[in-house]
Amino acid sequence: MKFSLLSTTVLAGSLLLAACNGTEESSSTPQETKASINLQAEVDAYKTFALDQMDSFLLETEKFVQAFLAGDIEKAKQLYPEARMFFERSEPIAESFGDLDPRIDGRLADIEEEGKGKEEWTGYHKLEYALWVENTTQGYEEVAKQLLADTKELHALAQTVEVEPDLMITGAVDLLNEVSTSKITGEEEIYSHTDLYDFKANIEGAEKIFNILREQISEKDSELVKTLEERFAAVNQLLAIHETAEGGYISYEELTEEHTKALAEAVNQLGEPLSQMGIILE
Amino acid sequence: MLKLASAGAAGAAIGAAGFGGAIKALGYELPSFDNQHSDVSTISFYDRYQSGISTPVQKHIYFASLEILIQSAHELQELFKMWTPIAARLMDGKQIEEPSTNRYVAPGDTGEAMGLDASRLTITFGVGPSLFEKLHLQDKKPKELNDLPHFPKDQLDEAYTGGDICIQACADDPQVAFHAVRNLIRSATGLVKMKWSQSGFNAIPADGSTSRNLFAFKDGTVNPATDEEYNESVWVKAGESTSWMTGGTYLIYRKIQMHLETWDRTSLKEQEATFGRHRESGAAIGKESEFEDFDVLEKDGAGKYIIPEDSHVHLARLAKKAILRRAFSYSSGMVSSTGAHDAGLMFISFQKNPQQFIDIQNSLGRIDKLNEYITHRGSAIFACFPGVEKGSYLGEALFTHL
Repeated sequence: MKFSLLSTTVLAGSLLLAACNGTEESSSTPQETKASINLQAEVDAYKTFALDQMDSFLLETEKFVQAFLAGDIEKAKQLYPEARMFFERSEPIAESFGDLDPRIDGRLADIEEEGKGKEEWTGYHKLEYALWVENTTQGYEEVAKQLLADTKELHALAQTVEVEPDLMITGAVDLLNEVSTSKITGEEEIYSHTDLYDFKANIEGAEKIFNILREQISEKDSELVKTLEERFAAVNQLLAIHETAEGGYISYEELTEEHTKALAEAVNQLGEPLSQMGIILE
Repeated sequence: MLKLASAGAAGAAIGAAGFGGAIKALGYELPSFDNQHSDVSTISFYDRYQSGISTPVQKHIYFASLEILIQSAHELQELFKMWTPIAARLMDGKQIEEPSTNRYVAPGDTGEAMGLDASRLTITFGVGPSLFEKLHLQDKKPKELNDLPHFPKDQLDEAYTGGDICIQACADDPQVAFHAVRNLIRSATGLVKMKWSQSGFNAIPADGSTSRNLFAFKDGTVNPATDEEYNESVWVKAGESTSWMTGGTYLIYRKIQMHLETWDRTSLKEQEATFGRHRESGAAIGKESEFEDFDVLEKDGAGKYIIPEDSHVHLARLAKKAILRRAFSYSSGMVSSTGAHDAGLMFISFQKNPQQFIDIQNSLGRIDKLNEYITHRGSAIFACFPGVEKGSYLGEALFTHL
């Protein structure tokens, strides 16, 4: 995701008027638009949520890096998926800072796609490789230290973020798309197979946005709110089947094709109505 | 009709005109049907029968079998009410809704058919036996509508079998057909999900002759052609099935894998003996032209059947049942376990009673020489509603009696 938070769209009234006329003419030219309603309270609420997630992400990453540097493989493995959930929940914000996202969250496949080699690979997934494949922390200390430094930088930058309603709506759909394209296929956590943690966090991130916007959506289309409530519940119920006694999630490798298909379908069923949340901007 | 069918775009216009005339001759009043379409690329959604059945065959098909997520007959009724105007717009070559002025929501129509004409798009809807069980509507289920019995040598894969609802989209442009199914499914998000889908294609020779399947033999030579033959074999007449099926028909789908590699190393003589027809002309063995009639029981001087008794045509003819074949070929890449082509026939037939197909298939049985080269992989049956009048909706007759 390209960084576009600060590229503020100046909103004008033309679209609102066109919509009120109920005309069927298409808007094939880009229009600068103004939200007919004031969404400042919602924007503030989301910013608070996202920054709160960023705080926790930094704290949990510190713990993870400490365990890693202490050579405590078991502890690091246990902290790994939980720390990442804070990042995944606030991904619309976390993803948007230039090259920080690939430095923190890049997979080897992403790095190679950019024509870079394994030696340029950094961040969580490289440490995932060390822990689950190499079963060691030795030789990866610098990567761990760099991860912490990058996370601190992300945390600092996030404080300056300007959130727009459009980002929230696009972000919610993007979170689901993340689930559909990489989590559901087990391609996010190819060594630890902790994909379901990321899955759950992405859903929670989208649900948070929905909850913040719920009243505004309800004024435009109360049926849409009902539909979204049902579909979020359906996804969460399916995920709950795969929870462990300790409150975590089973390995992606334990999922049958039937399980992943059911999850994928539930996410698609949620994504379509979720993409209609933009009605509040008209 | 299929002879007309193969005449391509011109055939569409002739077919439509001839059809209206025939109906008037029978004394039917058709004030509510839309006969405004003079454009040869557009077929009217509103008609006495659903489109995509007697319509001259198009070059492409996208067929989807759906499972319902809804729980009540009322929701099903609402689904078909919602789909009706969408299908009508699609067949008119329009987007499913006018573009929104709000750029912050995803577009209503997925858009890939923009700039294309209707390409003779037809959309045919049907309902499967499982639908009635799921919605506890067994008393509305036509007694003819049951899963097909097991036939000799069936190797059905659950992944290509059955379904609660079918949408058959046929068009001369593959993207137009795909766009129709994609948007109908998307508009019903949360109400239905795909069980399986298959795309297919058809060769329509410029000279209007019958199209060939991937074994190079002509497919559909003996289809019904006249209104009388359609009434005899395809359209359900009043009293012949449950009342809401009057004007409807039963669709049978078989995904038949064709083992191209083994076929291709079979001698021409053997290939022709397998079908019971000549490859190039399509004529029955011993005859000159495709449509020349033949007596399947005729013997040669040595007392042997001229059309071998284990040939496809011989056995099919013995069943003495007529159906409308509207098949398409498919090719879906490669069979990963063998490296062979994953290709074959989307056999689709329409008949007023599924028993017509069952009798033919049973007659083919284990004897059919063609069995050596084919494997039935998928199977489904759907009851296709009658056509829709303007102001009405798909399947209205079923729902008015709930």
